[in-house]
Amino acid sequence: MTDVAHQHGPRRIVSEVQVLRRRRRERIFVIFGLASTLIGLLVLLALLGNLVIDGVARLDWNFLTNFPSRRAAQAGILSAWVGSLLVILVTACIGAPLGVGAGIYLEEYSARNWLTNIIEVNVANLAAVPSIVYGLLALGLFVYGFGTGRSIFTAGLTLALLILPIVIVATREAIRSVPQTIREAALAIGATKGQVTKDHVLPAALPGVLTGVIIGLSRALGETAPLITIGALTFIAFLPAPPITSEFPFVSFEWLFDGFTVLPIQAFNWISRPGRDFHANAAAAGLVLLIMTLALNSIAIVLRYRLRKRLQW
Amino acid sequence: MASRLTATQRRWQRRRERIMEGVLFLCAASSVFVTIAIVVVLVWESAAFFAHVPIATFLTDTMWTPLFADPRYGILPLLCGTMLSTAVALCVAGPLGLTAAIYLSEFASAPVRESTKPVLELLSGVPTVVYGFFALLVVTPFLQTFVPNLPGFNILSAGIVIGIMIIPYVASLSEDAMRAVPNALRDGSLALGATRLETAFKVVLPSAISGVAAAFALGISRAVGETMVVAIAAGQQPNLTFDPREPAATITAYIVQVALGDLPHGGIGYQSIFAAGLTLLLMTLSFNVFAFWLRARFREAY
Repeated sequence: MTDVAHQHGPRRIVSEVQVLRRRRRERIFVIFGLASTLIGLLVLLALLGNLVIDGVARLDWNFLTNFPSRRAAQAGILSAWVGSLLVILVTACIGAPLGVGAGIYLEEYSARNWLTNIIEVNVANLAAVPSIVYGLLALGLFVYGFGTGRSIFTAGLTLALLILPIVIVATREAIRSVPQTIREAALAIGATKGQVTKDHVLPAALPGVLTGVIIGLSRALGETAPLITIGALTFIAFLPAPPITSEFPFVSFEWLFDGFTVLPIQAFNWISRPGRDFHANAAAAGLVLLIMTLALNSIAIVLRYRLRKRLQW
Repeated sequence: MASRLTATQRRWQRRRERIMEGVLFLCAASSVFVTIAIVVVLVWESAAFFAHVPIATFLTDTMWTPLFADPRYGILPLLCGTMLSTAVALCVAGPLGLTAAIYLSEFASAPVRESTKPVLELLSGVPTVVYGFFALLVVTPFLQTFVPNLPGFNILSAGIVIGIMIIPYVASLSEDAMRAVPNALRDGSLALGATRLETAFKVVLPSAISGVAAAFALGISRAVGETMVVAIAAGQQPNLTFDPREPAATITAYIVQVALGDLPHGGIGYQSIFAAGLTLLLMTLSFNVFAFWLRARFREAY
């Protein structure tokens, strides 16, 4: 616009041709904009399609129930998916209460002072720490410092710390959206602050909190680097000790300290090997992993969508 | 219902309240402990490393071969690989992310905008190991059809895939920044006869530039810390090069490589991954501080 005006003097009215040209430029940009927005979706579809083409032939019951093997055609992901499930269980048991508790404190209890400021800046910074650094922390502190070994417990704890910022931020957002009138009403009829939080604020914020926890867990499920760093083995041909025993007291936590492997590490191991057969295994393992994480994410998105619809304070 | 609490009950209730607040505070404080622990562990093990290797050597030597018979400890090749993959990623995510953000904030209808956000979110939920697979077995063969003599492992395809990975971050944060620009500015520009495109580039983008720059800084810090894609697709030999077509190792890829082997605890090889990790943390931290500063310094108050 300005170029034209300068060339022909300020008083000259822009000609119709120029207006058309500017309009056309706008339409071209809209196409580009739509394309760059959709490129993510296209890549996602390409990823999925590629994994399906390469891996679906390997995906059968035996693949899910076999241990890894030197022969690609007999290898399976039994120890990997069991390991992933157990690690995520530990992560959920540690990460969810810790993150939700921190979120509640920061929204409902904390005074506006320097300590709160430090915690808030700190959470923001933790969210930006590369995941592999958490692996180094776990290697130096848990594996060798506390001696918890290269176990399911260490892995779950590491991933719990990793998803802590995600859970905290989601919890705070969910709690912030609970209207003040609910707290005031409960306080007015004599509830204590703890009762208000436990019986009213938290239940009202629960769907939002759950969304955050699910997104955090799906992130943990796909994490590879920190678990490799703590020294998770890539070839595991046994299952952890069973949680239920035949003798008293019938429950055993021995599995917490067993060695493990997880789905992304198994996939990584197979990708790193030369040969199409193992790559097909990697694709199949990747497909299982992708379906699991996408399913978790979709649950979270649907949960939030329904929550937004229902919420009419 | 009109029963009153006895004095004992009230005392118990107060105690319960205090305990609850204390427990919640500990939860919140745990995040600070995590930060402290990260810094202490990295600095502690790195200190042992720097007792063997002078910092000057670490920063200037051009070879990184800690596991060889003749060990050399120059971080430059790893730094170079990291910068290179990040640069390639930025060349992909920058234009695409920004175009997508401008489109979503200035042109897209509300239904389009509402339905793209979840898709972008899904994309950020894809495990990085799957992206690595994609880079090695799809992007590299594709690039090889028109880049002559491209080796099977190269920085280029890893960088491109990392770029695609960080588009959601860059696009969604930039869009937030541009949506925060008040409509009065847009209306003024449109009233003067500018098209929506001209308004977007000459009015909205400059007004939101601090937020957009912060989005880029965060995207960069993501790319710098990305591990699996480079470990899978870029090869793992440290290589002091500025050519993205060559294979090279990044800081993160080196850590993975060492962790996969069985290194004795306390050896110099073990300590070297902490020195590398400390370098990585300082890099990402400086980008984050830069982003924070940008937002604080150039924030337009509307």
